[in-house]
Amino acid sequence: MKRFLFAVLFFIFLLFVWQKLYDAHIWSAVLLPSPGQVANYLKEAAADGTLFHATVITMRRLLIGYAVGIVIGLPLGLITARWNLFEDTIGTMALGLQTLPSVCWVPLALLWFGQTEAAMLFVVIMGTLWSVVIATDTGVRHVPPIYRRAALTMGSKHFHIWFKVILPAALPFIVSGMKQGWAFAWRSLMAAEIFVSILTGFGLGQLLHYGRELSAMDQVIGIMVVIVVIGLLADKIFFSPIETFMHRRWGTSQ
Amino acid sequence: MFRAKTASSVTDELQVVPPSKLAIEDVSKSFRPATGTVLALDRVSLQVNEGAFVCLVGASGCGKTTLLNIIAGLEKPDRGDVLADGKPVTGPGRERLVMFQEAALFPWLDVFGNVLFGLKLKPHLSNKDRRDVARYYLELVGLTRFEHANIHELSGGMKQRVALARALAPNPRVLLMDEPFAALDALTREQLYGDIQRIWKARNKTIVFVTHNVREAVCLGDRVLLFSPHPGRIQEEFVIELPRPRDLNSVELAEYASKIMHSLRAFMQPNGAAPE
Repeated sequence: MKRFLFAVLFFIFLLFVWQKLYDAHIWSAVLLPSPGQVANYLKEAAADGTLFHATVITMRRLLIGYAVGIVIGLPLGLITARWNLFEDTIGTMALGLQTLPSVCWVPLALLWFGQTEAAMLFVVIMGTLWSVVIATDTGVRHVPPIYRRAALTMGSKHFHIWFKVILPAALPFIVSGMKQGWAFAWRSLMAAEIFVSILTGFGLGQLLHYGRELSAMDQVIGIMVVIVVIGLLADKIFFSPIETFMHRRWGTSQ
Repeated sequence: MFRAKTASSVTDELQVVPPSKLAIEDVSKSFRPATGTVLALDRVSLQVNEGAFVCLVGASGCGKTTLLNIIAGLEKPDRGDVLADGKPVTGPGRERLVMFQEAALFPWLDVFGNVLFGLKLKPHLSNKDRRDVARYYLELVGLTRFEHANIHELSGGMKQRVALARALAPNPRVLLMDEPFAALDALTREQLYGDIQRIWKARNKTIVFVTHNVREAVCLGDRVLLFSPHPGRIQEEFVIELPRPRDLNSVELAEYASKIMHSLRAFMQPNGAAPE
């Protein structure tokens, strides 16, 4: 509770500094709107539905692409960990493509798919996929062989070993890969939305882009705040509980 | 659904199953590390009677763990056969469960989940049966209070107790123990010697126990088999005729141990690692 209060105080302090900077008129109000103006924009955008609509479109692209990336990436990682032939081929390819900043997929996606949802999904999938493949592969290769041997003697085999022993044992690696994949996907989607007007729907990135076009700084900062909050929520709601569980189980927390 | 049937299937599951008779016939096994071929086992033959407690003793590298793995079905011999109750062992199976030196407990499961693991592979049991059976074995090893503890929260001795409960839970006919107490402190170990003898008697298992600790072997085994290294062979057999439960610190036990130590030294290489 004390920590929570402290955090709240910190953010109030930040807003206070911001307001003071605005009041000092060092920069023009066009470049630095006040917290109140940004809040006002957010209130209006929320009231007329633009904000909600854009968030839904962005989150839909992100979640679908992310899910597809994981669904393809996990088995690929298992395969590369199991057979050296796939490690040398797909594994090497994954390692190479993972070093490619995922925003670099945007031009290719646009030429292949045009200004469509498919282009957006493709970018998100490419952002997620390679991190998940590599993390799964590394995780599986780090599973102590004794777990497998112990499971074998208890009558576990084939799929049972993979799902009940190897995968859970590799979980810490896989989750950190999923987290990295999420970060890459989120960044690349924002970049894609800012650069490209997709006719099938305006996401948060597009709102950001039009904020710039209109020199509406309150909109730019407002949308940035929304993007930050979504990132924080994803971490707190989705990843934090899993990580807390793992730290408690494995005994890796301080 | 069928309450009466459920109740009886737990009783069935907890029944003491007859222990296996093991026959190891002319087993050889070699490994090929970079330094050349090592003959880990050279034509080893051994009979283990139903319900016997046999200890394999020898310096490191004498092939005793390899033999245990072959009996478990985790490794295949180059030649020779392992028979359990007359049937050849072709792979690992829950009739012959292994307790490893380091607790091979699964850190992603709690104590209860670990004990349940092998039971979940028995399809004829209901979930309630499985929980009842797991609780029975946790009580047998004295860990009822810790069923929801995480593995990392346990002491070394408690971890090995969980490993023992997990190995016992599927009701195997044979228990294979690979230096299970080597990493524990002396006091914990002594306590576990008592427990393992009590449980062996209560559950009537055939036990093959690998150790490099001669006193431990004398304390636990009906028979102590001395392995010589390079190539791995059974050098000598000692039948321990001491009443149970045995006291690790008794004079008679020490006499047996010193006799075995004497034989062990006879074929130790001058540069070899001395057993305890």
